[in-house]
Amino acid sequence: MIALIDYGAGNLTSVRKALTSLGADYDTPSSPQELARCSAVIVPGVGNFAATSALVGPWRDAIGAAVRGGTPLFGICLGMQWLFEGSDEAPEVPGLGVLPGRVTRLRGNAEARLKIPHVGWNGLAVPRGPEGSAPLGHRNFTGRLLSRLEPGAHVYFTHSYAAPVTADCVAATTHAETFAAVVERGNVFGVQFHPEKSSEAGLQIIRNFLDVARGPAVVARRAEAEC
Amino acid sequence: MLTKRIIACMDVRAGQVVKGVQFQQLRHAGDPAELAARYNVEGIDEVVILDITATLESRQALADTISAVARRIFLPLTVGGGIRSEDDAAAAVDAGADKVSLNTAALKNPALITTLARRYGSQAVIVAIDAKRRGDGFAVYVRSGTSDAARDAVEWAREAESRGAGEILLTSMDRDGTRSGFDCEMTAAVANAVNIPVIASGGAGGLEHFCDVFTRGHADAALAASIFHYADTSVSELKRYLRGRSIPVRI
Repeated sequence: MIALIDYGAGNLTSVRKALTSLGADYDTPSSPQELARCSAVIVPGVGNFAATSALVGPWRDAIGAAVRGGTPLFGICLGMQWLFEGSDEAPEVPGLGVLPGRVTRLRGNAEARLKIPHVGWNGLAVPRGPEGSAPLGHRNFTGRLLSRLEPGAHVYFTHSYAAPVTADCVAATTHAETFAAVVERGNVFGVQFHPEKSSEAGLQIIRNFLDVARGPAVVARRAEAEC
Repeated sequence: MLTKRIIACMDVRAGQVVKGVQFQQLRHAGDPAELAARYNVEGIDEVVILDITATLESRQALADTISAVARRIFLPLTVGGGIRSEDDAAAAVDAGADKVSLNTAALKNPALITTLARRYGSQAVIVAIDAKRRGDGFAVYVRSGTSDAARDAVEWAREAESRGAGEILLTSMDRDGTRSGFDCEMTAAVANAVNIPVIASGGAGGLEHFCDVFTRGHADAALAASIFHYADTSVSELKRYLRGRSIPVRI
């Protein structure tokens, strides 16, 4: 079973509906102890980074322990930001810290009419530059979360803060500046946008995570069945 | 690059889309979930459900409609019409709405904007402004356009932003239903005055009107109802047209 963490940051109805439509077996655990028997963890969330202070303590410890034990973790929007060390939005609240880096406020560009918050559909690109994980000349996405997605796919964003493009970034998006849209490091995954609101592209990303959560054997069996 | 959004509005009464719907492929032409699914296939970016009756009795029907639509499409879903209180907003959000649109209630009780922004985040709160030209300004009307609010649209949009609104949905009452094009001057006046996205509404009649409102009107998104319902203009055709004019859209 997948644990969908409800810590009061925004409404989970949309995430629930997407998971249900994809046939996921999930529940919202009422205590951190329940995480020990979950196959995967999803941390959603909308709003101010300060809301993640509800996770500080037992929840943060339990999620950290699950990740160290190999359980796949998927952070969505605020949940992805929480994977990093912290955010300028609420400097006193620590992130989970499984990914190096710090979340900062997007600057926008008033002259170019690039407003903040960054709201709407924007494209995913293979990260470039010294910090990007893709070798120069790499044209396709790497990693498991973006399986079957093409660069240029559009997804729905709504946020004012974002994580930097580091070695863990597998897709980047540009809105006056380039930031990490998708991160992946081992069993840790995150998306800055809302896959549950991003139509087919978003559902494919959730499906990819569900495949990770089910484990390689199940996915291989299904692939055989499809052939 | 952030794309310009195309939003379809469905006016709903007792669980059915009103205004004629002529998609022959649909089994139930007036069914909001069927229509939303069709829009999704065509590439619509967002859907707005507007409860045009907004009576107490229609509340459960509205919740059922929201839930049915949210099960079928995975796109941002806004609900407006008769959202008067925190409870009304909570019912819409619990049924599956991502954003609520406040109109009369926001003017009557501006603190509601802040209350909802704190509870759900600014991204979930749209302030809808119905306005018509008057002299050099734009007069705001409430109660479905029947009552003069004695406010100017630009000034009210600024206040709504400062109180926590995440977007402005600006409808030109002069143009609404005329199919003569969006009011680009009014849209630009508001879009230039605030730092949050502005959705232009009222007057969409042809492809060129969308192009105008994104360029001259500085709109971040454009909303229409009847031209999509009647399938005069398909969403996919509109997006191809806009892309051909170098306006960034999701295809």
